[in-house]
Amino acid sequence: MKQLMKGNEAIAEAAIQAGCRFFFGYPITPQNQIPEYMSKRLPQVGGCFLQAESEIAAINMVYGAGGAGARVMTSSSSPGISLKQEGISYIVGAEVPCVIVNMVRGGPGLGSIQPAQSDYYQATRGGGHGDYRMCVLAPGSVQEAVDLTQDAFDIADRYRNPVLVLGDGLIGQMMEPVDMDKVADRAPAADLKEKNWAANGHIPTEDSPRAIINSLYIDPQVLENHCKRLQAKYDLIAANECRWQEEMLSDAEIVIVAYGTTSRIARSAMRKCREKGIKVGMLRPITLWPFPDAALRKTLSTAKAYLVLEMSMGQMVDDVRLAINGERPVHFYGRTGGMVPTVAETAAQIEQLAQSIAPDDGTCRTEFEKTVRGAAEKIDAAAEVVGKKLDEAGKKITETFNSPELHKKAQDVGKQASDFAVRTADTVAKGVTELFGAIGKAVESVQKDLKDIEQQQKAESDESEPPKDGGKEGE
Amino acid sequence: MAVVFAKTKMLCEKPFHYCPGCTHGIIHRLVAEALDELGIGETAIGVAPVGCAVFAYDYFACDMMEAAHGRAPAVATGIKRVCPDKAVFTYQGDGDLASIGTAEIIHAATRGEKITTIFVNNAIYGMTGGQMAPTTLPGQVTTTSPYGRDTSHCGWPVKVSEMLSTLTGPAYIARVSVHDVPNIKKAKAAIKKAFQLQMEGKGFTLVEVLSTCPTNWGKTPQEALMWVKESMIPAYPLGVFKDVTAQPATPEGGAQ
Amino acid sequence: MEKQLLIAGFGGQGVLLIGQMIAKAAMHEGREVSWMPSYGPEMRGGEANCAVVVSDEPIGSPLVSEPPVLVAMNKPSLVKFMPRMPAGGTLLYNSSLIEGVPLREDITVIAVPCNKIAEKLGNDRVANMVMLGAVQKATGVCTVEAMRDTLVDWLGAKKASLIEINEAAMVEGAALA
Repeated sequence: MKQLMKGNEAIAEAAIQAGCRFFFGYPITPQNQIPEYMSKRLPQVGGCFLQAESEIAAINMVYGAGGAGARVMTSSSSPGISLKQEGISYIVGAEVPCVIVNMVRGGPGLGSIQPAQSDYYQATRGGGHGDYRMCVLAPGSVQEAVDLTQDAFDIADRYRNPVLVLGDGLIGQMMEPVDMDKVADRAPAADLKEKNWAANGHIPTEDSPRAIINSLYIDPQVLENHCKRLQAKYDLIAANECRWQEEMLSDAEIVIVAYGTTSRIARSAMRKCREKGIKVGMLRPITLWPFPDAALRKTLSTAKAYLVLEMSMGQMVDDVRLAINGERPVHFYGRTGGMVPTVAETAAQIEQLAQSIAPDDGTCRTEFEKTVRGAAEKIDAAAEVVGKKLDEAGKKITETFNSPELHKKAQDVGKQASDFAVRTADTVAKGVTELFGAIGKAVESVQKDLKDIEQQQKAESDESEPPKDGGKEGE
Repeated sequence: MAVVFAKTKMLCEKPFHYCPGCTHGIIHRLVAEALDELGIGETAIGVAPVGCAVFAYDYFACDMMEAAHGRAPAVATGIKRVCPDKAVFTYQGDGDLASIGTAEIIHAATRGEKITTIFVNNAIYGMTGGQMAPTTLPGQVTTTSPYGRDTSHCGWPVKVSEMLSTLTGPAYIARVSVHDVPNIKKAKAAIKKAFQLQMEGKGFTLVEVLSTCPTNWGKTPQEALMWVKESMIPAYPLGVFKDVTAQPATPEGGAQ
Repeated sequence: MEKQLLIAGFGGQGVLLIGQMIAKAAMHEGREVSWMPSYGPEMRGGEANCAVVVSDEPIGSPLVSEPPVLVAMNKPSLVKFMPRMPAGGTLLYNSSLIEGVPLREDITVIAVPCNKIAEKLGNDRVANMVMLGAVQKATGVCTVEAMRDTLVDWLGAKKASLIEINEAAMVEGAALA
């Protein structure tokens, strides 16, 4: 049976149903319902909720619990996620699975508490120090937040890497129907192996030797090998875990790319524009990393232009441009700081784009276009006249050049110039030879003088004390 | 022939990387022996710090995790909550515990987190080359206090054991030294007691061990041991600062 | 078919609950629904509002910036949101607390004296239920039966004694719409 649930609470319950028994967090709006829910529910299922002294401590508790082999989660919002970056880098380096939820709010700094998508770069480019990636899941509804949170635990365990669920204030605060029966008692994916690597105080065996959970590789060659192995893992994640949703793409000339909350706005705007006959569709990335670039490139078969809609100043648009690689124009529309684009303004962007890519049938839609077209016609006519005149002038020049009289005159002038050049060159050469002779003599004389002075100085210094400042040797 | 002394099995074969005259080796051994003698070593889980003991995961023969600088008590908290029946310990230096990790240690202590922290205080940053530590003594010369620690400029040493013993959460807090044999024996007893109380679920336990750093102090190993005795102990008096199992103090003797 | 409602008032008037009841009732009738509250500092005693969308297909934006249906429980909400309504929209307002505001003529206006009716019924706290009844009737966003089931479910066995007065409030409200 469906239940009306708030995004934050639904995520918390989904995690519990996926076997998460440990949660460490710190209060921050707009995700407080997650720790609050966990503090109530985890003791009921034999789990442990602990409010940490800081986000830094919380993520390190997650590292400890994950390292000991447990399914563990933490959640926060933008400023708190920044604090967790140190720990996330260590967790990735030490290959410990865990799930992190970021209910993004406006930034930078303390920012605002309203929904935003301005942590895209931080989420998809690693976030902390070092060479790494995290699988980033971006739900577009409360039901999807539930499904993705549960999948996140499997993905984290499968690759021994943290997984980030990236929502925002709207996804967290909104209530939508959730089918909880479907997600109850979700067993770990069948392909997952025993965590024989966990530091859980086990007696070492051949299968499960003494555990060392560590991200320190002091030998650079060993660290490079480690990073290459991690990279191979990321390649595997990219190959296996990429997700996206296609909406109305079969004939789409305008392709919107939007995720999470903005994909909801885009969906409403798209419907409005379809009613007006605009062929618009949407590709909604569900994994932000890996980014669905192959799927996006498939839309090139119908797309004339792309519109990226984000609650940021433009971050995911970079990935879209990388995927499209200059083959079509990629436009961007964004609101930020906690502002959510409205359906009306998004639809206006789509309509404007539709006009710009419309085939040229000679009709003018606006006064401005009429003026421009008129001006262009006049320029064309003028250019034609100028062209004709230039042609005529060219012909006359050619005729003049071809006349025999001109040829003879040119030959005479050439001969005179040649004679003059020969005479002049002789005089110049003579002068130069004389000049060099004189310079040579002067140099010889100067060299002789210098030798004399040197000998004189040597004689003097042999007699006297060496100069106190050490002299000026080797000038 | 009877074996009268052998390497404890709770230490790995790997030779220590510590400098000559550094007492980390002794402290490692005391921790390993305590774990072994209490029969909790094989299933113990240790957390290594950032500092000279960063490679502790190569030395203790049990499951180990390497923490970020100062975060060992938080990592140990996560582990202990998952493995409540196992002995969990952190091994931290003074920069790690008393500077960058103050929040983590105070909150682990006040939560009564059932872990044991071995706090190695040698009044200097060893690994990074002898910079001023939160526990550097007034007037002590380091690479970042070249004129001696000026208290009017950068304040006074942090007295971790005294400070933490004001909290309700800790079960046992003691400061010991390893500069001579009688003190090494006392240190061993304190570490053992800390682990014992952890396993009894009494609360947070910490043993502060005064340690040497001949390399960065610019002293011979022998001079370094003397410096612990003559300069450090007066500033960091030895003793038990908290013991929830101790008899109530008598008016004459005080609590130990 | 999609219906968008914006329900606004001040904290403590139960405006978020009105929205949740509508969303739940419509959900139980198999519709797609979303409920989105304003959140942040304003929820502490100040202004509170929520957007409810009910639809036959997956919902796009859960936000309602130009409300075709506005439920205003106090004067500041009416002043703030009425100008954003599209022509032809439906306004339900709490006439017990709102007077002296010139109302638009290009919208349908329904005055509901929520607090007056609630007082008459003997419990001022059911003022929001009076409005809920009116909204249900005026918009047809869900059936009366679904709304009643939701009410019973919400009150639960512990507060079953309150079903009668809440239901009476809804009936009174519906009668005005």
